[in-house]
Amino acid sequence: MTEAKVTMDVRSASDSASVIDINGEITSFAENTLMDAYTKATSGGAKVIILNFEGLEYMNSGGIGLLVTMLIRANRQEQTLLAYGLTEHYQQIFELTRLNEAIKIFDNEAEALASVNGAS
Amino acid sequence: MSEEQIDQTESRDAAHWAAPVSKLEVSDVPSGAVSLNVEGRHVVGPLQGFGQLWQKTYRVRLTDVEVTPEDVVGLLKQNLPEYMPDNSRFYPSVTGVEPGEVVLINATLPGIPGGIATGVMVLYSDDESFTLMCPEGHPESGWNTFSAYEEDGATIAQIQSLARANDPIFEFGFRFMGGAKQQEKIWNSVLARITEHYGVVAQVETRKSLVDNRIQWSQAKNVWYNAALRSMINLPIRMTRRVFKRGSSA
Repeated sequence: MTEAKVTMDVRSASDSASVIDINGEITSFAENTLMDAYTKATSGGAKVIILNFEGLEYMNSGGIGLLVTMLIRANRQEQTLLAYGLTEHYQQIFELTRLNEAIKIFDNEAEALASVNGAS
Repeated sequence: MSEEQIDQTESRDAAHWAAPVSKLEVSDVPSGAVSLNVEGRHVVGPLQGFGQLWQKTYRVRLTDVEVTPEDVVGLLKQNLPEYMPDNSRFYPSVTGVEPGEVVLINATLPGIPGGIATGVMVLYSDDESFTLMCPEGHPESGWNTFSAYEEDGATIAQIQSLARANDPIFEFGFRFMGGAKQQEKIWNSVLARITEHYGVVAQVETRKSLVDNRIQWSQAKNVWYNAALRSMINLPIRMTRRVFKRGSSA
């Protein structure tokens, strides 16, 4: 199978939030990398996972499908997914696929974190 | 990241995605197709439907044949209408399977006189895959991705759906009226046609995964657009029109 061309680094942003820094391509081949990152991001009890798309280079419909399954998994665990760093093009894709109705999009990490802190 | 880099990044996949649309438009109706329940509808993804969310993957391994993933996807784009079984006819626009284009679908469903007229939008299309997204009222809310890739020296042809029933009636139909089985037969049949084309003898593998077992009761209202009911209600009108058309051409 074609290898995933993506790396995902996980870091803690606060007691309740983790950030996944995505660099590269999100296609169906990124499934293991994405799910491993999700598991790592939530292993410390984080209830909010913030996806940083600043390093996103390419995404196809298989990649959008992965984000949907990750979102469902997070919802089941009563966790929230947020996103920032999406270019206008990828924001349009979120709107087209209606993913933006379930994943709130912010301009930057500070705004995403402020929303977490404001809600708690 | 500089602005120039961002522009270059966007151009890599931008041409493969449909342009943002608020409502679907049917620009031309292919001969023999019924265009109903598509014009003016919003597209709906796996998050908007009513029933349980399933990911179903159908794949077949094309062994002992020199064929690339691009060949397989090109073949499928070219022959999708012919590869669909008689109970589920696809009518692409003259442009074909291109991002943003609408593919009309006229299908038969158990217990639905006159069948169901619906369609899908080409959400994404590149050389190795394409994805069809459903509109409001379609039996499913979500999308189907047709793709091919290399694995261990062979090309795999794959169809993967990520979808849930759009409303309570379709959920009942999928679960208890044989709808899910009929759908599985359709995709098995399409992959079988690909193996026939390449002269390969291979079994289609099916993998089903229940992604979300919850029913989204807030989406029960989707029944308003139910394409099966609307097709049935529209049947007398279509039949009357056909009679008058015959009369005027006689």
